[in-house]
Amino acid sequence: MAELKVSVVSADHEVWSGAAKQIIARTTEGEIGILPGHEPILAILSAGEVRVTTMDGNVITATASDGFLSVEHNVVTVVSRQAELV
Amino acid sequence: MGAQLRVYRQKIKSAKTTKKITRAMELIAASRIQKAQQRVAASLPYSRAVTRAVSGVATFSNVDHVLTTEPEKIERAAIVIFSSDRGLAGAFNTNVLREAEELATLLQSQGREVVYYLVGRKSVGYFGFRKRAYEQSWIGETENPVFETAKEIGDAVVAKFLQPASEGGVDEIHIVYNRFISMLTQSPEVVRLLPLEIVEGVEPPAENEVLPLYEFEPEASDVLDALLPVYIESRIFNAMLQSAASKHAATQKAMKSASDNADKLIDTYTRLANNARQSEITQQISEIVGGADALSSAKK
Repeated sequence: MAELKVSVVSADHEVWSGAAKQIIARTTEGEIGILPGHEPILAILSAGEVRVTTMDGNVITATASDGFLSVEHNVVTVVSRQAELV
Repeated sequence: MGAQLRVYRQKIKSAKTTKKITRAMELIAASRIQKAQQRVAASLPYSRAVTRAVSGVATFSNVDHVLTTEPEKIERAAIVIFSSDRGLAGAFNTNVLREAEELATLLQSQGREVVYYLVGRKSVGYFGFRKRAYEQSWIGETENPVFETAKEIGDAVVAKFLQPASEGGVDEIHIVYNRFISMLTQSPEVVRLLPLEIVEGVEPPAENEVLPLYEFEPEASDVLDALLPVYIESRIFNAMLQSAASKHAATQKAMKSASDNADKLIDTYTRLANNARQSEITQQISEIVGGADALSSAKK
């Protein structure tokens, strides 16, 4: 199965990066779930959590607000001024 | 001890003390460069992601955004100068201030008014001494820039940019900072932040790589609205980090040459002191010999 390459970055460092099966984030329009093969998208995040399901099924939660999410060719970048793992 | 000799010994002592200080500063700066460089590297993923996203939106949406369109007439331009809080860094501050002056002269010759935003105590001092006006200043943390300050600066300049020119707003924003190229070279650089010019500044896409056709959520113009201030902030933050790394490198270089100079001085004065001591001894011997001669000839 295809996998997503996810990186969560904040202003001064990369918070997390790795492969994932699924990622769920809250945008200004509502929650969005991204699976491998998603079309390219640029979405503005609203305050909330980003949940990343890694390849072995673990869920990594990060707080990210005030940023955006971009998807292209199975590369997901969550960018936020202040992103932190929970 | 003769007067001459004493003077030389004093000079040697003072050069030695100075050398101790400059050597210590050199070592401190050297250890800080590494940390500053790491911070520059750590902030790269963020600025890369932001830049990529901004170029994605700007290229693939037909929205006319204030921040990207060139105004018809530029009346006023803002210059943000990134200097340091402390001196003892060779030509670091001189370079960046000279570059800013040149830019200001150029802009003024095109009939634009120039307003300044200053970062770092040195540039504030420079403007204060010349009794020149500046819009706003940030001091006290150039050695260890925090993102909040970058955000503050970004907010301030973007707010000014969005104001109409008739109410004192600016139509153009430039930043001047020292770019960290290597431990040995740092060069002052001028970048025009707004209106956006070179969006793909960090990493141009490869020849056959096409930027993806993005879907936007919400509208493209809203996304651009949210992204551009973030982009400006990240550029400003990057400039601050580069400037901090350059400052440490410049300090290290300046302090190294100061220590070398002190070494040279110590050498020269030691030679002179030896000469003085030797001639003193020679003189004493000839005095004794002369005295003994006089005594022995008086006995006869």
